[in-house]
Amino acid sequence: MRFELMYESFFKIIQGIPLTLQVVIIATILGFILAILVALMRISGRGILSIPAYYFVYLIRGTPLLLQLYFVYYGLGQFSFIRESFLWPILREPYWCGIITLTISTGAYSSEIIRGGIMSVSKGYLEASNALGMSKFMTFMKVTLPITFRQALPAYGNELILMVKASSLISIITLMEITGIARTIISKTYAPVEIFLVAGSIYLFINFLIVMSVNFAENRLGVKNI
Amino acid sequence: MTELFSLGSQGWGDEMLRGALMTVLVSASSLILGIVIGIIFAACKLSNIFLLKLIANIYTTIIRGIPELLVIYLLFFGGSGAVMYVAKIFGYNGYIELNAFTIGTIAVGAISGAYSTEVIRGAVNAVPKGQFEAGKTLGLKPYPLNMMVIFPQVARIALPGIGNVWQITLKDTALISVTGLVEIMRQSRIAAGSTHEPFIFYTAAIILYLLITRLSNIFFDKAEKKYSQGFVTRIAS
Repeated sequence: MRFELMYESFFKIIQGIPLTLQVVIIATILGFILAILVALMRISGRGILSIPAYYFVYLIRGTPLLLQLYFVYYGLGQFSFIRESFLWPILREPYWCGIITLTISTGAYSSEIIRGGIMSVSKGYLEASNALGMSKFMTFMKVTLPITFRQALPAYGNELILMVKASSLISIITLMEITGIARTIISKTYAPVEIFLVAGSIYLFINFLIVMSVNFAENRLGVKNI
Repeated sequence: MTELFSLGSQGWGDEMLRGALMTVLVSASSLILGIVIGIIFAACKLSNIFLLKLIANIYTTIIRGIPELLVIYLLFFGGSGAVMYVAKIFGYNGYIELNAFTIGTIAVGAISGAYSTEVIRGAVNAVPKGQFEAGKTLGLKPYPLNMMVIFPQVARIALPGIGNVWQITLKDTALISVTGLVEIMRQSRIAAGSTHEPFIFYTAAIILYLLITRLSNIFFDKAEKKYSQGFVTRIAS
C-alpha cells in the first residue's frame, strides 16, 4: 500500500465530485419528469400512447447504458442534418450527451417504479375526490401524485444509487468526473488497488448519504406506516 | 447496407455475430461464476459466524455501491499483478498475463455474484421452516438435508431472480469492451470507426442485445414453468 499516493490522489479525485453530482442531479430531475410522462402514457389505456411508451421502456431496459451513450454521442453526430440543426451545439458536447443519455435511461427505469406507484393508489381515493367534485387534473396533482411519491420512494432510492453508479460511464466519453480522474491516475501510477479504494470510498460515501436521506424522507412521510 | 453486413471479409456481418457469441459466452461464464460466489456468500450471510457475515456484507455493499466500471478497472489493471503475487507465494516468479476474457469473466462475475448472493439468500429464507424441521426429524445430517431437500427448492425459488441477474450481467459485459475484449460493443465500435457509419452499427448492436434479451426471456420463462409444475405458489401463479 502506498499511503502517500492515496493521500495525494484523494485530493485529485474529489475534484471530480462536483461534475458527478451535477450530472446526476440534472439527469435525475429531467429523468423524473420524463418518467412521469412515460408512466402516464403507459397507463393511459390508449394504444397510440401506451404502445410507444412500452417499446421505449423495453428498448432502454434491454440495452447497455454504454451502448446508448455511444449511440447518442457518436451515432447521432454522423448525420449532416443533425450537425447543421439547432441541436448540434448540444449534441457535440460530451457533457450534454452524458446528461441526455442518463436522463433517458433513468426516465425509462423509474417510469416503471412510478407506474407501480400510480397503480397502487386505491380506487376509493379517486372516487372520493370525484365525489368532492375535483377535476381529473386536480385529482392527479393533489391525490394521486403525493401517494405515488410515498409508495415509490424506497424503489426510487435504489434508482438514485444506480444513477450515481451509472454516471461513471460518462468518463468514457472524456468527461473527467470521479472515475475519469481515477482512471487517469491508475494508468499513470499503476496502483489500481490504492486508487480503487480511494475512488470507491468516495462513491460509497455519496451512496451512503443518499440512503440516509431516503430513509429520513421515508420516516417523515410515514412510508413504513402505510 | 447489405454490403456492410455481408458475411466474409468484405462485410461486418460475421464479425458482429461473433461479437454476439462472445457477449453470450462472457455473460454465461460470468453468471455461473456469480452463482458460485452467490452460493458461498449467501451461506456466509446465513451462518451464525459474525466474521463470515461481516465479510459477506462488506462484499455486497462494496459491489452494489461502487460503479461497475471501477471494479473492472481494478481487475483490468490489477488482475495480473494479483495473480503473479499469488504465484510468487507458490514459488513461480515468471510473468503472467491474464487475457481479456478471463479478466472480464472475473470482473463481471464478481459484480453479478453480489446480486446472486441476495437472490439466493432470499430464496433460502423463502423455503418454509417446516422443510428444515421435517428433514431433521427424519434424521438427515446437515449435508444431505441441504443437498437433497433444501437446495432443489432454493433453485426453484431463485430462478426468476437469477433471470434478472442474467439481464444485469448481460448488460454489464458491455463495460468490459473498455479492456479490449471483442464482444458486441467493442466490435460495433471497431466497425463504426472503420466504416464511418456509427449510427448503423450501434443500431445493429442494439438489435443484437434486444434479440439476446428476448431469447433468454423465453428460455427463463420456460424453465420457470417447468420447475414450478404442481406448485400453486406466487411463482407459478
